[in-house]
Amino acid sequence: MSYTEIFFYIFAVLSILFALLTVTRRNAVHAAICLLLTFFFIACNYVLLEAEFLAAVQVLVYAGGVVGLMLYVIMLVRKDEADEVRQSLGQRVIAVFIAILFVLEIAFISLLAYYGNYSGFLSSKMAQIGGNTESIGAVLYTYFLLPFEVVSVLLLAALVGAVVLAKNRIER
Amino acid sequence: MLETVILTIAKIIIFFAVLMFFVAYGTYAERKVAGGIQDRIGPLHCGPFGLLQPLADGLKLFFKEDITVAKSDKPTYYIAPILAVVPAILVIAVIPVDENIMITDLNIALLYFLAVSSLSVYAIMLGGWAGNSKYPLLGGLRSASQFISYELVLGLSIVCVAMLVGSFSLRDVVLYQKDMWMVFKQPIAFICYMIAAIAELNRAPFDLPEAESELVGGYHTEYSSMKFAMFFLGEYANMVVSSAIATCLFLGGWYAPFSILPFIPGFIWFLIKTFLIFFFMLWIRWTYPRVRFDQLMGMSWKVLMPVVLLNILVTGFIVTFGR
Repeated sequence: MSYTEIFFYIFAVLSILFALLTVTRRNAVHAAICLLLTFFFIACNYVLLEAEFLAAVQVLVYAGGVVGLMLYVIMLVRKDEADEVRQSLGQRVIAVFIAILFVLEIAFISLLAYYGNYSGFLSSKMAQIGGNTESIGAVLYTYFLLPFEVVSVLLLAALVGAVVLAKNRIER
Repeated sequence: MLETVILTIAKIIIFFAVLMFFVAYGTYAERKVAGGIQDRIGPLHCGPFGLLQPLADGLKLFFKEDITVAKSDKPTYYIAPILAVVPAILVIAVIPVDENIMITDLNIALLYFLAVSSLSVYAIMLGGWAGNSKYPLLGGLRSASQFISYELVLGLSIVCVAMLVGSFSLRDVVLYQKDMWMVFKQPIAFICYMIAAIAELNRAPFDLPEAESELVGGYHTEYSSMKFAMFFLGEYANMVVSSAIATCLFLGGWYAPFSILPFIPGFIWFLIKTFLIFFFMLWIRWTYPRVRFDQLMGMSWKVLMPVVLLNILVTGFIVTFGR
């Protein structure tokens, strides 16, 4: 087994372990820390795949930003109160449906990558174009420009929606 | 293979030792500068000119009673002080001290710096929360909102530099500044970077997370002994590291100013410049009073953010049409 493989299995096992801990911890802060570690180990796997840019952005945005904001909200809930509340939204059916959808999507992509011609660029080919960051930038702003802009507008809409909801509550 | 491993380990040890030296004598410099500005003398009694003061402080902190709060959340309580130091130490991996003296020349060094330093917010947040006490929690929450706002400004001001250089590697950034330092090409980005860096470090005039007058001691109120010292260490290590990054980004790294005095080796210049920025941070701290919290957030979102975005736009035009 090569070094890469050994490291891959270490990081893969750790990310799955912490993902499981995220959904099983009763304490919300502990769950958030486990989520943080999950993101971190997924970033480690990106590094092994020689997708350094993706790894850095994963840590910067998800581990640094998103989990930070989550913790911010969780910390405002009183600790003893949070332990007593039954932490379920009663949306089990929808959750199972979405989970199955995700598994199917991942399986579909893996099959495409394995048997089809959609395996993407190899990192050596990527380096010829001008490295990881440049090639992602080039592809994102030419070939995937429309989806990229649609996602941006979607995020902006979510942002405006959150502000409007919060503002209504303050004015009441 | 083995040679590279040994060489890398040796480099890491030397870099770490230099960082820790800077951190220890950073506290000494802080107290001496504070003394000077307030017309006092500062530490004097340990060794000549009080030079052994950092050692005495360290020894004192080691031997203090280590108190754990009874109703604290134990794992989080123990992790938080470690998280305060680790990100700062991780950043030294990408800092180029001279043209060929660095631990690794990462092609995403700037992103790595941003990603790793964004993790240091958890130390303050979790430290504030784990003690199960009101004031540290308030300090932690303040710090989190402050950190997230100013991190955006910091990242965007680095983008201005990366656009001109066309690379995320810190070595390339310094090599680009051979003839002219970045501070003259991107003065606005430099000012934004410095403000954001000081705000991220929770230092005066932006030290609201540890405002003594209203929050007792802030997020580390419930910590004592070596755990408190770790928070302290983390703050100074972060200061040194962000001074070093500022030196690379804006002050030409190891290059001598205006090609004079080339006989002094590059790494000496690097250390001098890093210390000058460090001194600048101390100077600011002991000169300005603390700002109000709404002023702090307002400045980030309403002043710095539009300014730095405009700067990116102008830089983009220059990069596109200037060539």
